[in-house]
Amino acid sequence: MADNYNTSLLSDIPEKEEKQYSYLNLGPTHPATHGIFQNVLKMDGEIIMDAVPTIGYIHRAFEKLAERRPFYQITTITDRMNYCSSPINNFGWHMTVEKLLKIEIPKRVQYLRVIIMELARISDHIICNTIIGQDVGATTGFLYLFQYRERIYEIYEEICGARLTTNMGRVGGLERNFTDKTWEKLDGFLKDFPPAFEEFSALLERNRIFMDRTINCGPISAERALAYSFSGPNLRAAGVDYDVRVMNPYSSYEEFDFIVPIGTQGDTYDRFMVRQKEMWESVSIIKQAIEKIKKEPSHIYRADAPEYVLPPKEEVYNNMEALIYQFKNIMGETDIPKGEVYHAVEGGNGELGFYLISDGGRTPYRLHFRRPCFIFYQAYPEMIKGRMLSDAIITMSSMNVIAGELDS
Amino acid sequence: METTTIKNSDIIIGQKPEGIEGAGFFATSLDKVVGMARKNSIWPLPFATSCCGIEFMATMGSHYDLARFGAERLSFSPRQADLLMVMGTIAKKMGPILRQVYEQMAEPRWVLSVGACASSGGIFDTYSVLQGIDRIIPVDVYVPGCPPRPEQIIDGILKIQHLVQTESLRRRDSPEYKAMLNQYGIE
Amino acid sequence: MEETVTEEKIVAVIRENFPSEVISVESPYGFLTVNLKAGKIIDIIKFLYDKEKYQYLTTICGIHYPESKTIQVMYQLHKLTENKRIRLKIALPEEKPSVPTLTNVFPAANWMERETYDFFGVIFEGHPNLIRILNVEDMIIFPMRKEYPLEDQTREDKNNDMFGR
Repeated sequence: MADNYNTSLLSDIPEKEEKQYSYLNLGPTHPATHGIFQNVLKMDGEIIMDAVPTIGYIHRAFEKLAERRPFYQITTITDRMNYCSSPINNFGWHMTVEKLLKIEIPKRVQYLRVIIMELARISDHIICNTIIGQDVGATTGFLYLFQYRERIYEIYEEICGARLTTNMGRVGGLERNFTDKTWEKLDGFLKDFPPAFEEFSALLERNRIFMDRTINCGPISAERALAYSFSGPNLRAAGVDYDVRVMNPYSSYEEFDFIVPIGTQGDTYDRFMVRQKEMWESVSIIKQAIEKIKKEPSHIYRADAPEYVLPPKEEVYNNMEALIYQFKNIMGETDIPKGEVYHAVEGGNGELGFYLISDGGRTPYRLHFRRPCFIFYQAYPEMIKGRMLSDAIITMSSMNVIAGELDS
Repeated sequence: METTTIKNSDIIIGQKPEGIEGAGFFATSLDKVVGMARKNSIWPLPFATSCCGIEFMATMGSHYDLARFGAERLSFSPRQADLLMVMGTIAKKMGPILRQVYEQMAEPRWVLSVGACASSGGIFDTYSVLQGIDRIIPVDVYVPGCPPRPEQIIDGILKIQHLVQTESLRRRDSPEYKAMLNQYGIE
Repeated sequence: MEETVTEEKIVAVIRENFPSEVISVESPYGFLTVNLKAGKIIDIIKFLYDKEKYQYLTTICGIHYPESKTIQVMYQLHKLTENKRIRLKIALPEEKPSVPTLTNVFPAANWMERETYDFFGVIFEGHPNLIRILNVEDMIIFPMRKEYPLEDQTREDKNNDMFGR
């Protein structure tokens, strides 16, 4: 791969200077890549001339696997896509199926889903921002804020029993109502997280070293970002206010009052700040949702569509009809309409879309995931050309590339 | 094993191996001392690929703190690591790279396979996923779970520590070990 | 009612500029879907990009229909200024699926087309780097086609009677 040695340098007076480039393999296993994808960098000393990414090192064939599984079993594979914020993927998938089956979801269930999705968004942005801090050299934020991720995990455990790959909810609602312990833990989190987050912000946001390191590092203009189909915080940092929650509202997001922060230059500092502000907005949305839930009757946690929504277990053991519906649902004897549906949610990284084609059977005919990380990672070589190696590392971690979503 | 305690308290500082004690000396066998030293200073290489990697980050965090077991210094270079922790799904594309990382480690080396995907392919019974890393490298301890809780990962580390402590100093040169490596095609 | 008028409007515009390319139009679940002939698809998308301002490419994917021996390619575009989405589908023959590349219009189509090639074998003519992206490079089959199984058939520790329903 290296160029042949230039023999003109052997003469006494060199006639012309030839540049020799070195090739650096920022390999699949690397502490700073936070996931496994490879970049071969062509470097002129410390400056990067070109980069060739290679992905697919964790390709698990989700789209083919989904053709084998009934709708309720696909939830477990959706939460392994963006595993930092799995409930958003789960609910996005459930909403797609509910759109196909034309199930109407009650308001209280929608508000509960909003609470969980915003918690997941906070959890995803905590990882991204603290890791940006760690890559710049400030490990304190990572250790400090991860304590609050443990609190979020405790809330997930109260709701569904798992910490990370949650498989939360069912088609048509949630599997059980929120217990008192859940509300208690949620209130505790909302009380304790803002002061701790203020401390983390004070550590990095106006820190001279951090700003010098991250401003103008890996910028992308709004036109190029749109040409590369960016979405999510990366696009908003470049200045385009496209948020799926505002443009195509789902799960009653149109009733909530929140701002969508945007940046100006699309560099690392803007991406960091956009995620910081989004975390504040998520806290505010959760508080609004809790207020709205108080006005709804507190026993509703699922939709009333017995052909598609599994009935509660107490009824299955006691009531004949519920037993029949449970049987029909699990064995796939219900009528699934034929059709194709596309639904997008605002994931931690952008527009996470599900394109489902159903042919009336209990498994999908074709399921395609529109994964934001896969699409915006294409722009990475363009963003790091002409920059130094350490800038390339921070650019990658600020884009929040998650390998599970990159490689489906 | 006897334990040493601080005078007038029941805090256990360490577990003393069997030996003969006297005024100013303690005599025991070499492999017990070496085992004790090795077990409490393992340098892991976190080969984190997917979701189990995030649970590992939570294990390294301050709530579940892996550093108190001696695994403070994470090494990302295989030449300086003792324990290869494979966390997450290994696809067939990644297999040669895992093998290369394993071969670069110096003896004595141990392998901990964290999660269902690394142990047996997990829920991904597909054409592109390696059904278990023990097809390409020898594994010492398997930690099941999808993903395993941090307590389970720490339990796996404790079992590795037990293996490290009780291993004979001659094991790595023995013919059985060499035969096992030959099975995998590793020199 | 107004919605359908403006949606039909875009179809009318397409029909006007590209007569006889539209095969059928439908709106499953409220999403305008247009089935087109594969000949001038890139010109149609370029027209939608320049004149009608559909300047955001949401996704490209392939769908295999073994009964009719076709592989469909689905392009989904989005007009961010007015929040209008459109889905364009073309059908290609299974033995030799080939269509010009979209990377000159949308740079984002680069990896999306590589993924469709990797999974279904659709050749995108003029693509700068059409090699496999997610699977191993020396794979010879196109795994998402319906005739290939999900599991690796050479594994011996899992029994196909129990797994692989």
